[in-house]
Amino acid sequence: MNPFDYARAGDAAEAIRLAGGRADAKYLGGGTNLVDLMREGIEHPTHLIDVSRLSHEIAARDDGSVLLGAAAKNTAVAADPVVRERFPMLTRAIVAGASGQIRNMATVAGNMLQRTRCLYFYDDAARCNKRTPGAGCDAMEGFNRFHAILGGSDACVATHPSDMCVALAALDAVVHLQGPQGARSIPFAELHRLPGGRPDVETELGTGELIVAVELPPLAAARHSTYRKVRDRSSYAFALVSIAAALEVGADGKVADVRLALGGVGTKPWRALAAEAVLRGAAATEETFRKAAEVELQPAVGLSDNGFKIELAKRTIVHTLASLCPGVRT
Amino acid sequence: MKFTINDEVIDLTLDPRMSLLDLLRERLHLTGTKKGCDQGACGACTVLVDGERINSCLALAVQYEGCAITTIEGLGTAGDLHELQRAFIEHDGFQCGYCTPGQICSAVGMAGEIRRGVPSAVTGDLETDAIDLSHDELRERMSGNLCRCGAHNGIVQAIQETFAPKAKP
Repeated sequence: MNPFDYARAGDAAEAIRLAGGRADAKYLGGGTNLVDLMREGIEHPTHLIDVSRLSHEIAARDDGSVLLGAAAKNTAVAADPVVRERFPMLTRAIVAGASGQIRNMATVAGNMLQRTRCLYFYDDAARCNKRTPGAGCDAMEGFNRFHAILGGSDACVATHPSDMCVALAALDAVVHLQGPQGARSIPFAELHRLPGGRPDVETELGTGELIVAVELPPLAAARHSTYRKVRDRSSYAFALVSIAAALEVGADGKVADVRLALGGVGTKPWRALAAEAVLRGAAATEETFRKAAEVELQPAVGLSDNGFKIELAKRTIVHTLASLCPGVRT
Repeated sequence: MKFTINDEVIDLTLDPRMSLLDLLRERLHLTGTKKGCDQGACGACTVLVDGERINSCLALAVQYEGCAITTIEGLGTAGDLHELQRAFIEHDGFQCGYCTPGQICSAVGMAGEIRRGVPSAVTGDLETDAIDLSHDELRERMSGNLCRCGAHNGIVQAIQETFAPKAKP
């Protein structure tokens, strides 16, 4: 691991000051991804600003929203009684990820900013455009079973690995930022970029900008929501396909409200807006769910090893929506 | 830089690159905690920080200044074993023993999570805080600790006997 200066910040303003606008400074949360990447020589910050002691608060508000402090631990968010009641898909997504030990260490913001687990990104003997812009990508012709079928480019098909973020995408979360230029808020959907020609630029964060909180806006349908993860082993594995879904069906049997997002298949946490458009107002039937899944996966592109994800994603969407709709059996 | 390790206050200077695991093993010679994968996949390095289980290999020691750290040496001694250590012997919960300190620290942390009502991926009802340490719950919650000898059945029995003696197998 390269040498670095370590400093612990007491609050966001101090963190930003300590980072000093340096491009090679990094904020450190629980360290579960960044420390590993530093040990592997993939990340080599000169300055680490420890922000793990910033706000851990999980604030339930009267309007139905919840504000998560960026340093709240994944376990604390998953276990929070109000999160469990208002946004069960978020609890289900978090506990579907990693292990008990890692969830106790990992923070909300760190989870959001974790890097891909693409094996070629981790292997410095392989070509990787995310690690070395312009180097090429060995995943394209390599072992790409775990790679993305949505949102990829000629330069990169690495998936975003988070489970928690799939729920945040479905829930229209808002990300509160502070930086050298002041404070701003952006929709979660705009935080992560598609790889395009620059897969090394993964988020909209400016130099020195820090995530300070994540807001979950009120959403009645989210009380009836879940997260379904399909993976090679039943625990402690990254998703092949995962679905965060909230569904509200009216007395007329039609979809009154719906939120849908996909994990394991996209180069960023994948909000399924095309599927939602098909579902909203339509009869809540297996046929409708299948049609919505077909529309969402229509742009999907399979590589040599991951084409199975296209049908797997469709079936998992249908199954997950049906599980929220007692009248529909699959 | 001060740490409380197994109830003893320790004051030392350290390289910020040092992991909590290396601090324990290389500087303090607390070699009960093991280095397996050194990347958070195997759980052999599990210790308790302020009562919560973490992977000490992924932890930069400097981040834990001021925290109370408990290792296997703090849970039991040769003459005064922790009840879970006795149960591991009783149920053949190990063969080579390399993963055992991590398994035991992890299980102690997990028992605290159960008591606090932290849900898992197999918890059916998220509204309840009363979680039974069933076979499925236990295996899911211990999935961050691998045993390459394959002693998992004995490990499950030992943990269940210690923390959920009335649970159905």
